[in-house]
Amino acid sequence: MSIEIQGINKFFDKFQALHDINLTIPDGQLTALLGPSGSGKTTLLRIIAGLETPEEGRIRFSGRDVTDLHVRDRSVGFVFQHYALFRHMTVAENVAFGLNVLPRKERPGKPEIRKRVKDLLEMVQLEHLADRYPAQLSGGQKQRIALARAMAMRPEILLLDEPFGALDAKVRKDLRRWLRSLHDELHFTSVFVTHDQEEALELSDQVVVMSNGRIEQVDTPLELYGRPDSRFVFEFLGQVNVLSGKIRDGVMRQGDAWIRLPEGCENDDAQLYLRPHEVRLTQAASDQAHLPFRIEAINLIGAEVRVELKPDGWECEELWEVGISHTEFNARQPQRGDRCFAVPDVGHLFCEHAAEPRTLEWR
Amino acid sequence: MATTDLSERPAKRLSAPATKRVLPGFGLSLGISLFFISLVLLLPISGLFIRAAGMGWEQFWFVITDPRVVASYKVTVLAALAASLFNCVFGLLMAWVLVRYEFPGKRLLDAIMDLPFALPTAVAGITLATLFAESGWYGQYLADLGIEVAFTPLGIVVAMAFTSVPFVVRTVQPVLEELAPEDEEAAMSLGASDMTVFRKILFPTLWPAVVTGGALSFARSLGEYGAVIFIAGNSPYISEVISLMIFVRLEEYDFPAASAIAAVVMTVSLLLLLAINVWQGRYLKRLHGG
Repeated sequence: MSIEIQGINKFFDKFQALHDINLTIPDGQLTALLGPSGSGKTTLLRIIAGLETPEEGRIRFSGRDVTDLHVRDRSVGFVFQHYALFRHMTVAENVAFGLNVLPRKERPGKPEIRKRVKDLLEMVQLEHLADRYPAQLSGGQKQRIALARAMAMRPEILLLDEPFGALDAKVRKDLRRWLRSLHDELHFTSVFVTHDQEEALELSDQVVVMSNGRIEQVDTPLELYGRPDSRFVFEFLGQVNVLSGKIRDGVMRQGDAWIRLPEGCENDDAQLYLRPHEVRLTQAASDQAHLPFRIEAINLIGAEVRVELKPDGWECEELWEVGISHTEFNARQPQRGDRCFAVPDVGHLFCEHAAEPRTLEWR
Repeated sequence: MATTDLSERPAKRLSAPATKRVLPGFGLSLGISLFFISLVLLLPISGLFIRAAGMGWEQFWFVITDPRVVASYKVTVLAALAASLFNCVFGLLMAWVLVRYEFPGKRLLDAIMDLPFALPTAVAGITLATLFAESGWYGQYLADLGIEVAFTPLGIVVAMAFTSVPFVVRTVQPVLEELAPEDEEAAMSLGASDMTVFRKILFPTLWPAVVTGGALSFARSLGEYGAVIFIAGNSPYISEVISLMIFVRLEEYDFPAASAIAAVVMTVSLLLLLAINVWQGRYLKRLHGG
């Protein structure tokens, strides 16, 4: 079931939480609503569910207008950040809740309900906990029960509000994979809210980046990371290195730093954005770029060695970060305080007088 | 010997910090608390029981089963039961209104809720008696309907309910405030109607608090004196409450009899509170794990 969102405006008193949101969430895909806190992503999710009412705009499920439908009649599954399990019911009673409150005519018989609950608990691999109370479960178990409970009504749309937000890193990773495989198996349409870029990029088919109640960009994870539309998306998705300067005659300059830009760059104030993997570290400056640094810190943990760099003879707001392979690190053995130079391979140029960023290549 | 001593020492040191308290003053503060509890509670209570015990079992039984006293037990217990049941419903409603809705004057209403506690009970009794008397503001209309409140057992119920309603409101209110709206939202997203949400989600969480508040209200009503005697009429066998019976015995200088009746009331109240505590402890343990 696809979800069409049209012209949604939402106010909390005088504060406008959402500004004219238009969005289509395709059928059967996993979509992430990504943004910092206060960006309106949870509000949007709650509007889709029917837990909040927008002041303006329409919501349609596969063309059917559901804007004025109560949450209980929308038949969506909703998973809350803090699980919202019913504390006075056992796990099995929690999962069976939706089935038990159906009108008598539609309600399946007791044995049928028991079987459905058993299947659902098997699906989340927690059938041995059926008679426990929520207070006796761990966070990850609670979240899986919450999922089983939401799936009990066989919804075609599953909405998850920061589903892994309250869990520790290891459990979070396991549950993420598990949700992905569940989704691939059952093919419902799901939307989840997160402020974790990694989670959004790893898990989803489509990412909606939001800030200040507006949609910044809607794209696949690959496009989003490779070609961000705006400075906000660039800075929000992972580490970024920035050089601010003036372009004169095809050369961007600030203090001792300069970069020779490819053809076709107008004179302007500009910022060059570079991802850590789009930059190489060298011992000497090349003829295309002169970006002197001192090595500030070296972090060995991970697949790559991350080197933090402090500009030498020019300025930037945040330290630069460049990743080099462990092999290269072992060969060169750079030390803290060493002087080195950065050479860009790919960069993204935001000019003051241009609406769109331009991707530059030096290779 | 010396070597074994040395080897044992670290073990002792390890166990020492476990018994040491971080917060100072445990002995002193507990001592003072216990002393005062003994002084103002335990000592008078035991005095009461000792006094009642001094009269011998037969005499004791005779005093507490006097027909007029038995009639007053019935009146008191039934009236207290009616009052506390009414308070369970009304108190829950008040707490609900105070927690769930925003309206002008909410703070004021919240403050007024405690008025029955702050008001001298005699003042409450006189006010209620005036209001519900046949010529009073409420009494005249109720009289048209054929309902007599003042100077009947119904008046006792009104006085008891009035003086003890804050118990229910104030025990339910914090539980209701703590209740996460997500639980209700989750139930609704699973298709539950408003009535089902109340019955299956809200009420199971609230009712321990309602029962506790109701029990406190009941225990208080059993002993209510000031507010009740002005409105009860106090006719023997019909509208005499137990606390009045104690007072009557005191006026007759029959101190042992007064103590005997008081001991009965006290025992019932204590047992009730104890039972509620035990039951609630079990229930809460299940909700919070343990």
